[in-house]
Amino acid sequence: MTTTRQPVPGTTIFDGGQAQKGYALNKMCMSFNDAANRAAFVRDEDGYCARYGLTPQQREAVRHRNVLALIAAGGNIYYLAKFAGIFGLDVQDIGAQQTGVSKEEFKARLVAEGR
Amino acid sequence: MAKIIGCVTTSHVPAIARAIARGEQEDPYWKEWFDGFKPVHRWLEQAKPDVAVIVYNDHGLNFFLDKLPTFAIGAAAEYQSADEGWNIPTVLPFKGDPELSWHLINSVVTDGFDITMCQEMVVDHALCNPMALLWPGGKPWPVRIVPVEINTVQFPLPSAARCYQLGEALGRAIASYPQDLRVLLMGTGGLSHQLDGERAGFINKEFDKKFMASLTADPAWVTRYSTIELVERTGSQGIELLLWLTARAALGSGAREITANYHIPISNTAAGMMLLEPAA
Repeated sequence: MTTTRQPVPGTTIFDGGQAQKGYALNKMCMSFNDAANRAAFVRDEDGYCARYGLTPQQREAVRHRNVLALIAAGGNIYYLAKFAGIFGLDVQDIGAQQTGVSKEEFKARLVAEGR
Repeated sequence: MAKIIGCVTTSHVPAIARAIARGEQEDPYWKEWFDGFKPVHRWLEQAKPDVAVIVYNDHGLNFFLDKLPTFAIGAAAEYQSADEGWNIPTVLPFKGDPELSWHLINSVVTDGFDITMCQEMVVDHALCNPMALLWPGGKPWPVRIVPVEINTVQFPLPSAARCYQLGEALGRAIASYPQDLRVLLMGTGGLSHQLDGERAGFINKEFDKKFMASLTADPAWVTRYSTIELVERTGSQGIELLLWLTARAALGSGAREITANYHIPISNTAAGMMLLEPAA
Protein backbone atom coordinates (compact mmCIF):
# COMPACT_ATOMS: atom_id res chain seq x y z
CA MET A 1 0.00 0.00 0.00
CA THR A 2 1.66 3.21 -1.10
CA THR A 3 -1.24 5.61 -0.97
CA THR A 4 -2.36 7.36 2.17
CA ARG A 5 -6.00 8.13 2.72
CA GLN A 6 -6.39 11.84 1.95
CA PRO A 7 -7.79 13.00 5.26
CA VAL A 8 -7.15 16.76 5.12
CA PRO A 9 -9.50 18.64 2.77
CA GLY A 10 -7.80 20.59 -0.02
CA THR A 11 -4.53 18.82 0.71
CA THR A 12 -2.70 16.10 -1.18
CA ILE A 13 -0.41 14.16 1.11
CA PHE A 14 2.81 13.58 -0.85
CA ASP A 15 3.11 9.89 -0.09
CA GLY A 16 4.69 6.96 -1.92
CA GLY A 17 1.87 6.81 -4.47
CA GLN A 18 2.20 10.50 -5.35
CA ALA A 19 6.00 10.35 -5.38
CA GLN A 20 5.90 7.42 -7.79
CA LYS A 21 3.32 9.06 -10.03
CA GLY A 22 5.12 12.40 -10.06
CA TYR A 23 8.71 11.21 -10.36
CA ALA A 24 9.42 12.45 -13.91
CA LEU A 25 7.75 15.80 -13.32
CA ASN A 26 9.51 16.39 -10.01
CA LYS A 27 12.82 15.33 -11.52
CA MET A 28 12.40 17.87 -14.30
CA CYS A 29 11.54 20.58 -11.76
CA MET A 30 14.59 19.64 -9.67
CA SER A 31 16.76 20.34 -12.73
CA PHE A 32 15.58 23.97 -12.64
CA ASN A 33 17.97 24.63 -9.76
CA ASP A 34 20.40 25.26 -12.61
CA ALA A 35 19.91 28.55 -14.48
CA ALA A 36 21.13 26.96 -17.73
CA ASN A 37 18.37 24.35 -17.47
CA ARG A 38 15.75 27.02 -16.83
CA ALA A 39 16.92 28.76 -20.00
CA ALA A 40 16.86 25.48 -21.94
CA PHE A 41 13.26 24.88 -20.86
CA VAL A 42 12.24 28.36 -22.00
CA ARG A 43 13.97 27.84 -25.37
CA ASP A 44 12.37 24.48 -26.11
CA GLU A 45 9.64 23.47 -23.69
CA ASP A 46 8.49 20.45 -25.73
CA GLY A 47 11.97 19.06 -26.13
CA TYR A 48 12.80 19.62 -22.47
CA CYS A 49 9.64 17.88 -21.23
CA ALA A 50 10.21 15.00 -23.66
CA ARG A 51 13.72 14.50 -22.33
CA TYR A 52 12.31 13.91 -18.82
CA GLY A 53 9.59 11.56 -20.09
CA LEU A 54 6.62 13.47 -18.68
CA THR A 55 3.28 11.67 -18.90
CA PRO A 56 0.61 13.29 -21.11
CA GLN A 57 -1.19 14.43 -17.92
CA GLN A 58 1.98 16.07 -16.62
CA ARG A 59 2.75 17.66 -20.00
CA GLU A 60 -0.75 19.21 -20.11
CA ALA A 61 -0.46 20.53 -16.58
CA VAL A 62 2.94 22.06 -17.40
CA ARG A 63 1.54 23.60 -20.59
CA HIS A 64 -1.26 25.27 -18.65
CA ARG A 65 0.97 26.30 -15.69
CA ASN A 66 -1.85 24.89 -13.58
CA VAL A 67 -0.64 24.15 -10.06
CA LEU A 68 -3.62 22.05 -8.92
CA ALA A 69 -3.28 19.93 -12.07
CA LEU A 70 0.46 19.63 -11.49
CA ILE A 71 -0.19 18.38 -7.95
CA ALA A 72 -2.82 15.94 -9.25
CA ALA A 73 -0.16 14.66 -11.67
CA GLY A 74 2.15 13.89 -8.75
CA GLY A 75 4.01 17.18 -8.46
CA ASN A 76 5.35 18.21 -5.06
CA ILE A 77 5.06 21.87 -4.20
CA TYR A 78 8.74 22.26 -3.25
CA TYR A 79 9.84 21.17 -6.73
CA LEU A 80 6.94 22.94 -8.44
CA ALA A 81 8.08 26.20 -6.81
CA LYS A 82 11.25 25.95 -8.93
CA PHE A 83 9.09 25.59 -12.05
CA ALA A 84 7.01 28.60 -11.01
CA GLY A 85 10.24 30.54 -10.47
CA ILE A 86 10.94 30.39 -14.21
CA PHE A 87 7.93 32.65 -14.73
CA GLY A 88 8.78 34.90 -11.80
CA LEU A 89 5.87 33.53 -9.77
CA ASP A 90 6.24 33.32 -5.99
CA VAL A 91 4.30 31.22 -3.47
CA GLN A 92 1.64 33.91 -3.15
CA ASP A 93 0.98 33.82 -6.90
CA ILE A 94 0.73 30.05 -6.60
CA GLY A 95 -1.58 30.30 -3.59
CA ALA A 96 -3.84 32.74 -5.40
CA GLN A 97 -4.05 30.52 -8.46
CA GLN A 98 -4.93 27.43 -6.43
CA THR A 99 -7.61 29.16 -4.40
CA GLY A 100 -9.11 31.05 -7.35
CA VAL A 101 -8.57 34.58 -6.08
CA SER A 102 -6.32 37.46 -7.13
CA LYS A 103 -2.89 37.77 -5.54
CA GLU A 104 -4.04 40.90 -3.71
CA GLU A 105 -7.04 39.04 -2.29
CA PHE A 106 -4.84 36.13 -1.27
CA LYS A 107 -2.41 38.45 0.51
CA ALA A 108 -5.26 40.27 2.22
CA ARG A 109 -6.59 36.94 3.50
CA LEU A 110 -3.20 36.15 5.04
CA VAL A 111 -3.04 39.55 6.71
CA ALA A 112 -6.55 39.00 8.09
CA GLU A 113 -5.36 35.75 9.72
CA GLY A 114 -3.07 37.83 11.91
CA ARG A 115 -5.84 39.93 13.40
CA MET B 1 33.19 19.49 27.90
CA ALA B 2 30.85 20.94 25.29
CA LYS B 3 28.01 23.01 26.65
CA ILE B 4 24.63 23.80 25.12
CA ILE B 5 24.08 27.50 25.69
CA GLY B 6 20.71 28.01 24.06
CA CYS B 7 18.28 27.25 21.29
CA VAL B 8 16.99 29.58 18.60
CA THR B 9 14.01 28.49 16.54
CA THR B 10 12.90 30.59 13.61
CA SER B 11 10.93 30.58 10.38
CA HIS B 12 13.09 30.37 7.26
CA VAL B 13 10.86 31.34 4.30
CA PRO B 14 12.74 32.16 1.04
CA ALA B 15 11.21 35.66 0.96
CA ILE B 16 13.49 36.56 3.91
CA ALA B 17 16.54 36.24 1.65
CA ARG B 18 14.87 38.38 -0.98
CA ALA B 19 14.06 41.05 1.63
CA ILE B 20 17.67 41.00 2.84
CA ALA B 21 19.01 41.24 -0.72
CA ARG B 22 16.77 44.26 -1.37
CA GLY B 23 17.53 45.86 2.01
CA GLU B 24 13.86 45.90 3.04
CA GLN B 25 14.42 45.27 6.77
CA GLU B 26 12.92 48.64 7.69
CA ASP B 27 9.92 48.39 5.35
CA PRO B 28 6.60 48.23 7.24
CA TYR B 29 5.91 44.72 5.89
CA TRP B 30 9.18 43.37 7.27
CA LYS B 31 10.16 45.62 10.17
CA GLU B 32 8.37 43.74 12.94
CA TRP B 33 9.93 40.47 11.84
CA PHE B 34 13.53 41.72 11.55
CA ASP B 35 13.26 43.84 14.72
CA GLY B 36 12.38 40.68 16.63
CA PHE B 37 15.98 39.55 16.21
CA LYS B 38 17.57 42.54 17.93
CA PRO B 39 17.41 40.94 21.40
CA VAL B 40 18.86 37.77 19.86
CA HIS B 41 21.80 39.73 18.47
CA ARG B 42 22.50 41.23 21.91
CA TRP B 43 22.25 37.78 23.50
CA LEU B 44 24.64 36.27 20.91
CA GLU B 45 27.24 38.96 21.62
CA GLN B 46 27.32 37.80 25.25
CA ALA B 47 26.79 34.09 24.67
CA LYS B 48 29.51 33.73 22.01
CA PRO B 49 28.72 30.29 20.58
CA ASP B 50 31.53 28.41 18.81
CA VAL B 51 29.31 26.03 16.88
CA ALA B 52 25.68 25.93 15.77
CA VAL B 53 23.96 22.56 15.42
CA ILE B 54 21.16 23.35 12.97
CA VAL B 55 18.07 21.20 12.55
CA TYR B 56 16.50 22.03 9.18
CA ASN B 57 14.79 20.49 6.16
CA ASP B 58 16.09 20.37 2.61
CA HIS B 59 13.60 21.53 -0.05
CA GLY B 60 15.12 19.92 -3.12
CA LEU B 61 18.65 21.27 -3.23
CA ASN B 62 20.84 18.59 -1.67
CA PHE B 63 18.39 15.70 -1.66
CA PHE B 64 15.94 14.50 -4.30
CA LEU B 65 13.35 11.73 -4.31
CA ASP B 66 15.85 9.28 -5.81
CA LYS B 67 17.49 8.88 -2.39
CA LEU B 68 15.80 10.64 0.48
CA PRO B 69 17.04 10.10 4.02
CA THR B 70 14.69 10.55 6.96
CA PHE B 71 17.49 11.91 9.15
CA ALA B 72 20.89 13.08 7.90
CA ILE B 73 23.89 14.70 9.60
CA GLY B 74 26.53 16.67 7.74
CA ALA B 75 30.19 15.88 8.36
CA ALA B 76 31.81 18.25 5.88
CA ALA B 77 34.60 20.76 6.44
CA GLU B 78 32.62 23.33 4.45
CA TYR B 79 29.02 23.81 3.29
CA GLN B 80 27.95 26.05 0.43
CA SER B 81 24.62 27.53 -0.52
CA ALA B 82 23.41 27.38 -4.12
CA ASP B 83 20.72 28.53 -6.52
CA GLU B 84 17.40 26.89 -5.65
CA GLY B 85 15.75 28.07 -8.85
CA TRP B 86 14.89 31.65 -7.94
CA ASN B 87 18.19 33.47 -8.45
CA ILE B 88 18.35 34.55 -4.81
CA PRO B 89 21.95 35.55 -4.00
CA THR B 90 24.02 32.84 -2.34
CA VAL B 91 25.70 33.47 1.02
CA LEU B 92 29.32 33.01 2.14
CA PRO B 93 30.29 29.36 2.73
CA PHE B 94 29.91 27.91 6.22
CA LYS B 95 32.79 26.21 8.02
CA GLY B 96 31.94 22.79 9.34
CA ASP B 97 33.25 20.96 12.39
CA PRO B 98 33.83 17.41 11.15
CA GLU B 99 35.14 16.20 14.50
CA LEU B 100 31.97 17.25 16.29
CA SER B 101 29.88 15.91 13.40
CA TRP B 102 31.41 12.45 13.69
CA HIS B 103 31.01 12.49 17.44
CA LEU B 104 27.29 13.28 17.00
CA ILE B 105 26.94 10.61 14.31
CA ASN B 106 28.63 7.94 16.41
CA SER B 107 26.64 8.88 19.45
CA VAL B 108 23.16 8.99 17.89
CA VAL B 109 23.70 5.75 15.94
CA THR B 110 24.76 4.07 19.19
CA ASP B 111 21.57 5.53 20.63
CA GLY B 112 19.45 3.79 17.97
CA PHE B 113 19.11 6.47 15.26
CA ASP B 114 20.32 5.05 11.96
CA ILE B 115 21.00 8.38 10.30
CA THR B 116 22.54 9.12 6.89
CA MET B 117 26.07 10.53 6.98
CA CYS B 118 27.00 13.26 4.49
CA GLN B 119 30.51 14.40 3.69
CA GLU B 120 29.16 16.71 1.01
CA MET B 121 26.05 18.81 1.41
CA VAL B 122 24.77 21.98 -0.19
CA VAL B 123 22.53 23.88 2.18
CA ASP B 124 19.36 25.70 1.19
CA HIS B 125 17.31 28.64 2.49
CA ALA B 126 16.19 26.62 5.50
CA LEU B 127 19.72 26.80 6.88
CA CYS B 128 21.02 30.01 5.28
CA ASN B 129 18.14 32.35 6.16
CA PRO B 130 18.18 31.62 9.90
CA MET B 131 21.97 32.13 9.90
CA ALA B 132 21.54 35.46 8.10
CA LEU B 133 18.88 36.50 10.62
CA LEU B 134 21.16 35.71 13.56
CA TRP B 135 24.30 37.19 12.02
CA PRO B 136 23.26 39.84 9.50
CA GLY B 137 25.60 41.90 7.36
CA GLY B 138 27.13 39.29 5.07
CA LYS B 139 30.38 39.05 7.06
CA PRO B 140 32.18 35.70 7.48
CA TRP B 141 30.11 33.51 9.81
CA PRO B 142 31.42 33.65 13.40
CA VAL B 143 30.44 30.04 14.15
CA ARG B 144 31.09 26.64 12.64
CA ILE B 145 28.02 24.56 11.82
CA VAL B 146 26.75 20.99 11.94
CA PRO B 147 23.63 20.51 9.79
CA VAL B 148 21.03 18.00 10.94
CA GLU B 149 18.53 17.45 8.13
CA ILE B 150 15.06 15.96 8.57
CA ASN B 151 12.74 14.86 5.76
CA THR B 152 9.52 16.86 5.64
CA VAL B 153 9.02 16.42 1.87
CA GLN B 154 8.08 12.81 1.26
CA PHE B 155 5.66 10.88 3.47
CA PRO B 156 5.99 8.93 5.63
CA LEU B 157 7.68 11.62 7.73
CA PRO B 158 9.22 10.81 11.09
CA SER B 159 6.67 11.32 13.87
CA ALA B 160 6.86 14.18 16.32
CA ALA B 161 7.61 11.65 19.06
CA ARG B 162 10.53 10.24 17.06
CA CYS B 163 11.90 13.72 16.33
CA TYR B 164 11.70 14.54 20.02
CA GLN B 165 13.73 11.42 20.81
CA LEU B 166 16.29 12.33 18.15
CA GLY B 167 16.61 15.74 19.76
CA GLU B 168 17.19 14.16 23.16
CA ALA B 169 19.86 11.92 21.61
CA LEU B 170 21.55 14.96 20.04
CA GLY B 171 21.50 16.68 23.41
CA ARG B 172 23.20 13.69 25.07
CA ALA B 173 25.71 13.53 22.22
CA ILE B 174 26.67 17.19 22.57
CA ALA B 175 26.91 16.94 26.35
CA SER B 176 29.36 14.01 26.03
CA TYR B 177 31.71 15.81 23.62
CA PRO B 178 35.04 16.22 25.43
CA GLN B 179 36.10 19.56 23.89
CA ASP B 180 35.21 22.85 25.56
CA LEU B 181 32.76 24.20 23.03
CA ARG B 182 29.83 26.54 23.35
CA VAL B 183 27.05 25.04 21.27
CA LEU B 184 23.99 26.87 19.99
CA LEU B 185 21.04 24.77 18.86
CA MET B 186 18.91 26.00 16.00
CA GLY B 187 15.62 24.67 14.65
CA THR B 188 14.19 26.25 11.51
CA GLY B 189 10.92 26.44 9.58
CA GLY B 190 7.26 26.87 10.38
CA LEU B 191 5.11 27.96 11.87
CA SER B 192 1.66 27.23 10.42
CA HIS B 193 1.47 27.54 6.64
CA GLN B 194 0.38 25.66 3.57
CA LEU B 195 1.62 26.31 0.04
CA ASP B 196 -0.20 23.60 -1.89
CA GLY B 197 -3.76 22.72 -2.79
CA GLU B 198 -7.11 24.40 -2.34
CA ARG B 199 -6.14 24.83 1.30
CA ALA B 200 -3.16 27.09 0.38
CA GLY B 201 -2.90 30.04 2.74
CA PHE B 202 -4.01 28.03 5.77
CA ILE B 203 -2.76 29.52 9.05
CA ASN B 204 -3.58 28.49 12.62
CA LYS B 205 -2.63 31.20 15.08
CA GLU B 206 -4.19 29.48 18.07
CA PHE B 207 -2.25 26.26 17.55
CA ASP B 208 1.02 28.13 16.89
CA LYS B 209 0.63 30.07 20.13
CA LYS B 210 -0.03 26.87 22.05
CA PHE B 211 2.97 25.19 20.46
CA MET B 212 5.28 28.09 21.28
CA ALA B 213 4.07 28.19 24.87
CA SER B 214 4.57 24.43 25.17
CA LEU B 215 8.27 24.72 24.36
CA THR B 216 9.03 26.21 27.73
CA ALA B 217 6.41 24.61 29.93
CA ASP B 218 5.77 21.19 28.40
CA PRO B 219 8.09 20.56 25.42
CA ALA B 220 6.78 17.09 24.59
CA TRP B 221 3.18 18.38 24.34
CA VAL B 222 3.03 18.24 20.54
CA THR B 223 4.23 14.61 20.42
CA ARG B 224 0.66 13.54 21.18
CA TYR B 225 -0.28 14.33 17.58
CA SER B 226 0.23 12.09 14.56
CA THR B 227 1.81 13.55 11.42
CA ILE B 228 -1.56 13.81 9.67
CA GLU B 229 -3.08 15.50 12.71
CA LEU B 230 -0.25 18.02 12.59
CA VAL B 231 -0.78 18.67 8.87
CA GLU B 232 -4.43 19.26 9.68
CA ARG B 233 -3.60 21.71 12.48
CA THR B 234 -0.56 23.50 11.03
CA GLY B 235 -0.77 23.05 7.24
CA SER B 236 1.26 20.80 5.00
CA GLN B 237 4.38 22.94 5.47
CA GLY B 238 3.57 23.88 9.06
CA ILE B 239 4.76 20.36 9.77
CA GLU B 240 8.20 21.99 9.89
CA LEU B 241 7.49 22.47 13.56
CA LEU B 242 9.16 19.04 13.80
CA LEU B 243 12.45 20.87 13.30
CA TRP B 244 11.73 23.27 16.16
CA LEU B 245 10.74 20.32 18.31
CA THR B 246 13.94 18.37 17.60
CA ALA B 247 16.15 21.34 18.45
CA ARG B 248 14.11 22.07 21.57
CA ALA B 249 14.34 18.47 22.77
CA ALA B 250 18.14 18.68 22.50
CA LEU B 251 18.11 21.58 24.96
CA GLY B 252 17.03 19.33 27.85
CA SER B 253 13.89 19.17 29.92
CA GLY B 254 13.76 22.66 31.41
CA ALA B 255 14.02 25.90 29.47
CA ARG B 256 13.35 29.57 29.92
CA GLU B 257 12.37 32.03 27.27
CA ILE B 258 14.74 34.93 26.59
CA THR B 259 12.75 36.43 23.73
CA ALA B 260 10.07 35.44 21.25
CA ASN B 261 8.32 36.91 18.24
CA TYR B 262 5.24 35.83 16.30
CA HIS B 263 3.99 37.67 13.27
CA ILE B 264 1.39 36.98 10.56
CA PRO B 265 2.19 36.95 7.72
CA ILE B 266 5.50 36.90 6.01
CA SER B 267 4.92 35.51 2.56
CA ASN B 268 2.37 32.69 3.11
CA THR B 269 3.58 31.94 6.58
CA ALA B 270 2.86 32.61 10.22
CA ALA B 271 6.40 33.55 11.21
CA GLY B 272 7.73 32.61 14.61
CA MET B 273 10.98 32.97 16.50
CA MET B 274 12.04 31.92 20.00
CA LEU B 275 15.28 32.07 21.93
CA LEU B 276 15.46 29.68 24.87
CA GLU B 277 18.15 29.01 27.43
CA PRO B 278 18.48 25.79 29.41
CA ALA B 279 16.84 26.13 32.83
CA ALA B 280 19.52 26.81 35.44
